Amino acid sequence: MKTEGKGKWNYGLEIIMILLGLLFLSPFYFLLANSVKSFGEILSNAAAWPSEFVWSNYSQAWKLARFSEAFRNSIIITVICVILIALFSAMAAYRMVRADSKFNRILLLLFVAAMVVPFQTIMIPILQVVNFLGVNNSIPGLVMAQLGLSIPMAIFLFHGFIKSVPLEIEEAATVDGCNPLTVFFRIVLPLLKPMLMTIIVLNALGIWNDYLLPSLILQAPELRTIPLATFSFFGQYTKQWDMALPALTLGVAPIVVFYLFMQRYIVEGIAAGSVKG
Amino acid sequence: MRGNKLSGLGQQLFFVGPALLFFTIVMIIPFVMGMYYSFTDWNGVSGNVAWVGFDNFKTIFTNDSDFWSSFWFTVRFTLLGVVLTNVVGFFLAYFLTKALKTRNMLRTIFFMPNVIGGLLLGFIWQFIFIKGFATMGDLTGWSFFNLPWLGDATTGFWAIVIVFVWQSSGYLMVIYIASLNNVSKEVLEAAQIDGASRSQTLRSIIVPLIMPAVTVGLFLAISWSFKMFDLNLSLTKGGPFKSTESVAMNIYNEAFLNNRYGLGTAKALLFFLIVAIITVIQVRITKSKEVEA
Repeated sequence: MKTEGKGKWNYGLEIIMILLGLLFLSPFYFLLANSVKSFGEILSNAAAWPSEFVWSNYSQAWKLARFSEAFRNSIIITVICVILIALFSAMAAYRMVRADSKFNRILLLLFVAAMVVPFQTIMIPILQVVNFLGVNNSIPGLVMAQLGLSIPMAIFLFHGFIKSVPLEIEEAATVDGCNPLTVFFRIVLPLLKPMLMTIIVLNALGIWNDYLLPSLILQAPELRTIPLATFSFFGQYTKQWDMALPALTLGVAPIVVFYLFMQRYIVEGIAAGSVKG
Repeated sequence: MRGNKLSGLGQQLFFVGPALLFFTIVMIIPFVMGMYYSFTDWNGVSGNVAWVGFDNFKTIFTNDSDFWSSFWFTVRFTLLGVVLTNVVGFFLAYFLTKALKTRNMLRTIFFMPNVIGGLLLGFIWQFIFIKGFATMGDLTGWSFFNLPWLGDATTGFWAIVIVFVWQSSGYLMVIYIASLNNVSKEVLEAAQIDGASRSQTLRSIIVPLIMPAVTVGLFLAISWSFKMFDLNLSLTKGGPFKSTESVAMNIYNEAFLNNRYGLGTAKALLFFLIVAIITVIQVRITKSKEVEA
């Protein structure tokens, strides 16, 4: 009797949660359905299924928003940033755990404190530094700034993880004649793989989606990333929904696909990161 | 041993050097520069930088009603945003840790808005508030849909809250799921045997046991909503008439539209102090409520 009652209740709950899920998804329905309608049809009924699929919206938006360039830029920037963030942070955190000096302990505190600093507090001087170094309006300039901003969090996560990696393996390798570099790259780095994946995936999302910092550093139209291209396109074609919606879909699609493939790492990473925070 | 040519200092430089270099260039130096600029009248363009002492801070406190109205907007937004995202996130997690067939798929769906950046989400919702809601209003006749969405201060505020909750709850849901999975089955069974009702179990056992997750959830939600910029920019641009302008946007406009870098950095420094104080207080309070099973 009791289990039966329980099963019935869950059945009701299941339906409620599915309805809620559909409500959560409804904005995507509006986006997708209207992105292939003619302008007139969007105005007459935004909720209906398209009566005719106007695929040319997409090819036109792709060309007008210069999306091929934007895709290329976004991918180059994200890949370079993510690799360097993961590598430099893992190296620093490894040394900071294994050589527990006063300097390294203060450094860890600085990294943790930096995580609280709002971007607005340092954005204006960052532009000064970027100008001073002559890397304004260039991809290296943006990569440099992203590295500095993302490294504190990554080091913090690696630091917690490396503390749980047993020292004995490294000692054995040293006895066998490995130097510190070989120990790190051949032995420690492979052991960090779960945390590496987490940091790569979370930073990839953050950097791919970032708007404010790239908008300040990259002024040239040919350097625009996807959020920048979308922003400028949306500004030019305000209320011209048959152009704006396909552009938005094109901007959203890569990240959703990435999410569906990398979901496990994203979810595990958030859970792992939050437990330590 | 002979192969080991790297000294301690060499290893420190090799391993920590690159990270420390970028951290110094991008965070430490700008932070110190920001402190300096906030005591100057610099306009961001000219070479003339004059020291003005505390004038910028005097201006902020005595003669900058826009900053304080954006501050009040941000406080209201943070209060509502933090409570709603955490409540929604917790209940999604609570129900999605029960035995449901579609559990994993639903988790995927509820988290999905979070992977899309605030800028694109804001634009998608701009369409929904303007065209989608109008159509829904025609179809259902509900006056809710026919409000002037994004058109005045109140609906603009609620629009940003709605999109923020839709975007952020999924992230907090993941944190609460991880925490709920750690609550031991024995404790829950013991409560059931002692005759505790479902709401009693929730209130007196589950919530106290997941307080560490609450600490993190509140911390994250406060920092997201206090620093909210992208959604603000893409949904309302702070309008109409600056009525939905967040502090982050006010600082941005001060520096890049009004060209008052000195004043902008002074506000930014004040902003940092406020964020730091609030987060420290919040973490202290919720940490003191954490218990062990």
